[in-house]
Amino acid sequence: MIEIEKVTKSYGETVVVDDISITLPSGGVTSIIGPNGAGKSTLLSMIGRLLSPDAGSIQVDGLDVSKTPSDVLARRLSLLRQDNHMAARLTVRDLVTFGRYPYSKGRYTVEDERHVGDALRFLGLEACADRFLDELSGGQRQRAFVAMVMCQNTDYVLLDEPLNNLDIKHAVEIMRLVRRAADEFRKTVIVVLHDINMASAYSDHIIAMKNGRIVAHGAMQEVIQQDLLSEIYETQIAVESLNGRRIAVY
Amino acid sequence: MAMIVLALLALTASIAFMTLGARGNWSFIIPFRGAKLLGLVLVAYSIAVSTVLFQTITGNRILTPSIMGFDSLYILIQTVLVFFVGASRISAANPHILFALEVSVLVVFAGLLYRWLVSGAVRSLHLLMLVGIIFGILFRSTASFLQRVIDPSEFLVLQDRLFASFNSIDSTLLGLSVVMVMAVSLAVMRMLPVFDVLALGRENAIVLGVEHRRVVTLGLGMITLLVAVSTALVGPVTFFGLLVANLAYLLLPASRHAILLPAAALIAIALLVGGQVVLERVFGLDAALSMIIEFIGGIFFILLVVRGAAR
Repeated sequence: MIEIEKVTKSYGETVVVDDISITLPSGGVTSIIGPNGAGKSTLLSMIGRLLSPDAGSIQVDGLDVSKTPSDVLARRLSLLRQDNHMAARLTVRDLVTFGRYPYSKGRYTVEDERHVGDALRFLGLEACADRFLDELSGGQRQRAFVAMVMCQNTDYVLLDEPLNNLDIKHAVEIMRLVRRAADEFRKTVIVVLHDINMASAYSDHIIAMKNGRIVAHGAMQEVIQQDLLSEIYETQIAVESLNGRRIAVY
Repeated sequence: MAMIVLALLALTASIAFMTLGARGNWSFIIPFRGAKLLGLVLVAYSIAVSTVLFQTITGNRILTPSIMGFDSLYILIQTVLVFFVGASRISAANPHILFALEVSVLVVFAGLLYRWLVSGAVRSLHLLMLVGIIFGILFRSTASFLQRVIDPSEFLVLQDRLFASFNSIDSTLLGLSVVMVMAVSLAVMRMLPVFDVLALGRENAIVLGVEHRRVVTLGLGMITLLVAVSTALVGPVTFFGLLVANLAYLLLPASRHAILLPAAALIAIALLVGGQVVLERVFGLDAALSMIIEFIGGIFFILLVVRGAAR
């Protein structure tokens, strides 16, 4: 369970996250949607302790993220960011192996190798495992980072716009993987998404944010509503049912 | 494989340095040249290791401690010390204690000054470089201003302390430098996997459980000690670190510091000792090694900046 209490964050004069309190349930896929600048990524970064809130507290399974030792949290919570620029030149396998760092601290074991192999296979990266990241396409790169997060094998997985740079095939693959992680491996996945229809098709819960506040949250059907979405995005959005799915048309 | 070649190169350079043109009593030559060689090796090692670590911490392969003004800060501290404490008391003081004092002041100031700079608060690389260069100029001009207004006899003492170069290594500090470099190396060795993770960038390192602030502070401390050693022994060398670090990345496409650090150190030793041999034996000490290194390193720096901008 992730408990967020009265969290506020501002950059200079601009308040990006405005006094948010919410409890995110364990298990399942929770999507955070909302227009640009709503504070989605900032909120996710604060849960992942990359940013510290100006006020308020965040607890993961009762552990305060700002006070708990970083390596303890690294075994419970992983996060994939939007942009992953790095100076070092790494192969895919090197990168994925880093996902085991929280467990082995650099002394990688046979067990770690097994995890790395599994993750590479799972994401179809075996063929390019020994290629350098800067030689890969955007989609392959993104999948390599997802494989690293998978290797970290944490109960909580935070993904910040994981579908960036991905074509429909790979985007759907990633979302199916997210679904499987939640259903088969009992992970709690929290994912920031831009595509409302991806969110409605693959998530159990949805949090809608606007101007640093949570406008609506609840089960998927409760949030994917015509009036609500139109108001959040300031655009006419119609919601239709198609094969039991809720599809937003805009 | 490449590592063995580098080790052989470094070894060959060292043997050539000890034996070429040696005439006379070996009991004089060995300690005399040995001390010089030890100094060169220490400097090469310190510059290489500090540069690679600095580039890992900043996530950037163009910045080096000297480009960011670390060694200018050290010279400023030395100057300020002579200026305010007085040359007579400085000369009377034990050089080891004095060195230790200067280094601790440097560690404190560099820690305060550079931690916020390199820990990701400043995002733009160009701004970072500009700030570093301006810091460097500020420290250097403040130091030279103090040197102008200082009492002439005190200036002589100061000049004596600042005049170290590759030809006249300050050998009184060799013993202490060895101890410091060894201590730093032990600490670095224990943290090798942490530095590997740090190379993934601040965010990824935190997600993987690295206490980023603490590690960056520790790393900066180690870098500062190494810069102090090399600056105390031979004075500031701006572009050498950049040259050897990038040569290491180029020759060994590895990301692990357990490989990168020794490779960079071996390249540095081969270049510095080899360069000194060529200079002494071929050019008969007509040119200054630091000038040649800075010339080649400077061109290399410009190349890197231009290539980086093109991308």
